Amino acid sequence: MTEALRREDVAHVAKLARLSLSEEELELYTEQLGQILEHANDMSTLDLEGVVPTAHPFGLINVVRDDIVRLSLSRDVVLAMAPDAEDGRFAVPRIMGEAP
Amino acid sequence: MKTAQQIARDVRSGESSAQSELDASLAAIRGRNEELNVFLYVDEAGARAAAAAIDEKVAKGDAVGPLAGVPIAIKDNMCQVGIPTTCSSKILEGWRPPYNATVIDRLVAAGAVPVGKTNLDEFAMGSSTENSAFGPTRNPLDPSRVPGGSSGGSAAAVAADMTPIALGSDTGGSIRQPAALCGLVGVKPSYGLVSRYGLIAFASSLDQIGPFSKTVMDSAILLETIAGHDPMDSTSLPEPAPSLSAHVEDGVVGKRIALVRELIEGADADVVASVNRAVEALKDAGASIIEISIPELHLGLSAYYLIAPAEASSNLARYDGVRFGLRVDAEDVEAMNTATRTAGFGAEVKRRIMLGTYALSAGYFDAYYGQALKVRTQMINAFQRAYAQADLLIGATAPSVAFPFGSKTSNPMAMYLSDVFTIPTNLAGEAAISVPFGTGEAGLPTGVQLLGPGRSEAQLFAAARVLELAEVGS
Repeated sequence: MTEALRREDVAHVAKLARLSLSEEELELYTEQLGQILEHANDMSTLDLEGVVPTAHPFGLINVVRDDIVRLSLSRDVVLAMAPDAEDGRFAVPRIMGEAP
Repeated sequence: MKTAQQIARDVRSGESSAQSELDASLAAIRGRNEELNVFLYVDEAGARAAAAAIDEKVAKGDAVGPLAGVPIAIKDNMCQVGIPTTCSSKILEGWRPPYNATVIDRLVAAGAVPVGKTNLDEFAMGSSTENSAFGPTRNPLDPSRVPGGSSGGSAAAVAADMTPIALGSDTGGSIRQPAALCGLVGVKPSYGLVSRYGLIAFASSLDQIGPFSKTVMDSAILLETIAGHDPMDSTSLPEPAPSLSAHVEDGVVGKRIALVRELIEGADADVVASVNRAVEALKDAGASIIEISIPELHLGLSAYYLIAPAEASSNLARYDGVRFGLRVDAEDVEAMNTATRTAGFGAEVKRRIMLGTYALSAGYFDAYYGQALKVRTQMINAFQRAYAQADLLIGATAPSVAFPFGSKTSNPMAMYLSDVFTIPTNLAGEAAISVPFGTGEAGLPTGVQLLGPGRSEAQLFAAARVLELAEVGS
């Protein structure tokens, strides 16, 4: 069902997870994640056709509260935790690249 | 050291004071914290103010709560206003939460005195505290060995008599396993029993907050104090806290308790001997004992190590250098996110984020995550069949006594196997307790685990108390 984990798979996953790995880390994680996934292959031999998956132990249903206005954290308190803020907003480096 | 129950009684009666109990706690912390690395932060000023307020209330004759003047240690993944909360990660170093976790509010309302924040494996990922960015915690019973994890700091605080009780969190065994390795009582409550508002999320379908203590009664008192519905946590059970301390002396007469083959399989001989002795003690106290096999438990580890990392990879996406915590600057947002996460997370956290991202990625979702969720269903069904035959189950908590530093760090799978007996309870959302019972290699404590269905805490405490009586006789 599942083939061996390749180094390029790990590199791709690291990019998706916004992590930058050194060559040595790529090597190590390919080996270690491969071992963990190999252990997980004991599940792949099971015939679980028709079994309902459980994502949550009690079958979570939406919980709503009455629509009553109440206080939450103030903007200043929240922005004070940010690495950078400006004019009442979070500040980040540029998002868009240069125009082609 | 006095138990929490004794301290609260003495503080209420005026025989002792919250301030003198706090002094004893702070002295114990000063005595051994440097050696053991238990507390990452001690809030001496806040604790002194809280203790003084309790003493003032007692002096005025005002009502004080069931934990009046009891010092308590808090795992550093629970938010407390203005107190550094790190999850033992560089990515949260220096962050001070603007709100309290619900458990903190409930503890303070009950008169408890939070003294500080304890070390853990980074983001609660680990079984030894060796994954803390701020150095490992040492086991107070043998400082050359780990205290277990991830709540190793909270376990060590109680084992070293720094506080009589502590809070931990248990996602796959992170309360029960360190309790076993440090000779303590530790409880993983039913999913939803304790509010997780203000608990920094690791794997949301598995995480639960629970108590550590030296005595069964102290854990019962602590758990009934923090349990009960909280509108701030949509996964919290819609009912008030159950009465637990009132059932500690209920005994096990007529209870059906099943020894589960898979919950001792592969454990060291000393651990198995303790479990067998515990079974005898329960039988002597009037329980009827059967032996059963639940083969589905074999699949718990595999399912857990896909489900928990999958949820973690999603939960930890919030550490992106934008709203709180560390930021490492770079030329654009994506590079900044990557530089921040690469510098801020340790090796085990990165490993699990990648494992989870992989398990959830296109092409692998059904084979890994989807299959794991179906195994989870099988596990729940298997437990239900077991609970048709028995009221409670019994087995080992951990496969061995506390192990030496470095003995499992190079092989993640070897470390993960520390949790093989504790993981199934989390997957099923059920309850379990680890009770210190007997000793093994090098005279170190062994833990026996009692498991029950959801909301069976009262029965678990009663059975645990039978073992405590058999072991210490009081």
